[in-house]
Amino acid sequence: MRSTAETLAAPALEVRRLTASYSSRPVLWDVDATFPMGALSAIVGPNGAGKSTLLKAALGLIATDAGQALIQGRPVKTSRDRVAYVPQRDAVDWDFPITVREVVEMGRYAQIGWVRRVQRSDQTLVADCLERVGMAAYASRQIGQLSGGQRQRVFIARALAQQAQVMVMDEPFAGVDARTEADILGLLQELRNEGRAVIVVHHDLGTVRAAFDWVLLLNVRAIAAGPVADVLTPETLRRAYGAAGGLETEEQEPRWAA
Amino acid sequence: MSDNLSIILTAGLVATAAGLLGPFLVLRRVALTSDAVSHAVLPGIVVIWLIFHTRAPLPVIGGAAVFAILCVLAIDALKGTNLVRGDAAIALVFPALFSVGVLGITRYASDIHLDLDSTIYGEIAFSPFETLPIAGVEIARSIVLLSGVALVNILLVVLLWKEFKATTFDPEFSRTIGISPKLLSRLLLVAVAITAVTAFESVGAILVVTLLIVPATTAYLLTDRLWLMVATTLAIGWISAVAGYWGAVSVDASIAGAMGLVAALCFAIALFVSPSYGLIARSLQRRRRSRSVQRELALAVKPQGAGADT
Repeated sequence: MRSTAETLAAPALEVRRLTASYSSRPVLWDVDATFPMGALSAIVGPNGAGKSTLLKAALGLIATDAGQALIQGRPVKTSRDRVAYVPQRDAVDWDFPITVREVVEMGRYAQIGWVRRVQRSDQTLVADCLERVGMAAYASRQIGQLSGGQRQRVFIARALAQQAQVMVMDEPFAGVDARTEADILGLLQELRNEGRAVIVVHHDLGTVRAAFDWVLLLNVRAIAAGPVADVLTPETLRRAYGAAGGLETEEQEPRWAA
Repeated sequence: MSDNLSIILTAGLVATAAGLLGPFLVLRRVALTSDAVSHAVLPGIVVIWLIFHTRAPLPVIGGAAVFAILCVLAIDALKGTNLVRGDAAIALVFPALFSVGVLGITRYASDIHLDLDSTIYGEIAFSPFETLPIAGVEIARSIVLLSGVALVNILLVVLLWKEFKATTFDPEFSRTIGISPKLLSRLLLVAVAITAVTAFESVGAILVVTLLIVPATTAYLLTDRLWLMVATTLAIGWISAVAGYWGAVSVDASIAGAMGLVAALCFAIALFVSPSYGLIARSLQRRRRSRSVQRELALAVKPQGAGADT
């Protein structure tokens, strides 16, 4: 058994020799990477580089061909309570008859346990989480009435309600305007400052340079991983993005508010 | 118990048992599963005939239930391969099972009258005549069986409310918090299979499929809370049962047909006049929006050539 000290020193997320494929095409090949606690980390790379797959494989959501993932030094299966997952926004049906508050309550379900109801203490925590992401006023709204940025905030509030030390997010900035992106980034930095690990799939190298601490540059293989300044060099970018290297804007989605 | 009351209660119990599951089927986009079950049960009837040489209701319900469960689990498993989409999975499984049943009948039971209509599909008008003695009182068998099924469904939905809600809304997230969407999906589908088979025997296939889907779809147009959707579904189911019976008696027509028609009418009304999602509300909203946009555009006409660029 691991000692507490060892658990604390263990990285937030570590993947070892992770290999995964869709039908016969490898999407991830022999990826080794670590993401430290207390850091805001990004997983970047071109489209089809396996960024989302890496997160899903690490969380055990898809089958892998080889390798393993550890959350704070332990297999994912035994550390569900340590990691909160924020899926891509289009992963759910936004017409679903459910309120903002009910979605955030789902963050408490694991702690509440099967069959038992949501307790008052859970409701208080849910209200705090909504407050923190600036969505308290929308608690009773049906989720379909929210804008893209607001939906993302609700997902983040749900992850906050899980009270996990490690938060992994799949493309939280896709399709949100620049101001919302800055707000969310501020919130993620706060969480980082509290000692948590926040790991984000992203594809805007500009924001990664400006706001992130740690980065994994991925293109099926792990090209480089480490502190942002060390990793994002013209050489590694060329290896990740091809001969035209550093074509960072090509990867950005058009953004009206930019 | 009077025959009238018995018939209304039978339909109301089907509406209750089905109405608790229907909303989840509709939200998971697997509404047609119940339709598939209605055909997939045929081999069960043949198997029961071959083994026990009986067409008695209770063994037939048992045999049908086995194949109904097989059908829904096969559909679920086929969908789980990600090689076949949900609608195709349904259309692949039930004709196969139905074919097995047809082959079985022509090969082993061609000399007797064995089909869905004569064995499993009941007629609600006759439901008061088959009774069971419960504590010395003769109660319609349909009421006894359907009360049991409704009770199980109530327990299932109340106890696993959170789990059904989470796995229906966000299956991937549910997996990360240790709630298996696969398990909940199978539980739901098995409950649908058992509910459908029991109800077929009392009220026939069409009314079961109707009560599983139409009230839930209607409620979906009227509400934006899950519990309210379930409550509205149950209310519409009971309205269909009571108003359908009254309508059928007053024009001397098929009871199941009248109940189905009332349910469909409820849907049509919701489709047009639902305050938030109805077609009329939507067209009014669109007109209002277009008018306000035009007004704004008219006000925002820039004084061209007034030297803004210089």
